[in-house]
Amino acid sequence: MSIAVETFEEPYEPALVADAGPAPKQIVVAYGFWIFLLSDIVMFSALFASYAVLVNATDGGPTGAQLFNQTRVAIETACLLLSSYACGLMSLAIRSQHRLGTYVGAAITFVLGAAFLELELQEFASMAAAGATPQRSAFLSAFFTLVGCHGLHVTIGLLWLVVMMAQVAARGYRATVVRRLFCFSMFWHTLDIIWVGIFSVVYLIGSLA
Amino acid sequence: MTDIRSDRAPGDGGLPALTERPTDVRSGLLVYSIGLGLAVILTVTSFWAANTSLLWPAGVPLGLAVLAIAQMGVHIVFFLHITTGSDNTNNVLALAFGMLIVTLVVAGSLWIMANLNANMMPPADLINLHMQH
Repeated sequence: MSIAVETFEEPYEPALVADAGPAPKQIVVAYGFWIFLLSDIVMFSALFASYAVLVNATDGGPTGAQLFNQTRVAIETACLLLSSYACGLMSLAIRSQHRLGTYVGAAITFVLGAAFLELELQEFASMAAAGATPQRSAFLSAFFTLVGCHGLHVTIGLLWLVVMMAQVAARGYRATVVRRLFCFSMFWHTLDIIWVGIFSVVYLIGSLA
Repeated sequence: MTDIRSDRAPGDGGLPALTERPTDVRSGLLVYSIGLGLAVILTVTSFWAANTSLLWPAGVPLGLAVLAIAQMGVHIVFFLHITTGSDNTNNVLALAFGMLIVTLVVAGSLWIMANLNANMMPPADLINLHMQH
């Protein structure tokens, strides 16, 4: 009986702090950045909550169903998803220190991210031309804050990617550069997670009405 | 102590960093590709559900929310590599705390504001957010 029980439980191993030492820097840095990303997600959840509360407060102005173009949103979604995938492949190339793979992966990530941003700016411009500016109604204020904040994150991510490629070119695969590259890929994947929430809640549910 | 197990970094596919092992790259590629496939299926389902007339209209928003949460889960597991492995406990605990706060903020805001709208009805023009600027 006791033998059967023991096989199910991991043996107790006292933590030998002196032997183990602090965790490797890559673990500590990535964990800290993960905490930052979670706090960013919490900030976005507040923007999502205010959007959901104000979604019907259109003040007689245009509603989401009148403004949103699902074809453009579908292309934006495809761009960002494939960009996230390319970023994942780039991190595999970084892991094996494959320089060409890193540059190609980064280039695809950048181009698709920039295409996403271009489509989003086109959408904002066409909405502003139709009089649907953030000042028009509480719904539009909440919309531009939420989607614009995500777009701002994408812009910062693109700049970060350019800086990282310059660092790879100048310094190669130093430990600091590689840690930053892994932080960038986590950042980029997280932006795609937030976009999943935006296209579902804002664009798809918003155009049901 | 030769086999000290350290925690796994988020975003780390469980592969030791900076080693050149072709099998690792291939299995990493497989993980990302499975994630991409699942994400595409869930996204296409979401867009289909929002535009079809086959489904019960009142259930579509809930369905879309479920699909979105499922896709976020796919991204977290296959792209960010946050899994339930024993070397990933810290990352999962941080994620769980984050999700708790997100749930409180979103559900709490919607609940309170819906209550406010319902209970402050008499001077509707004054309080109802639908009418406000």
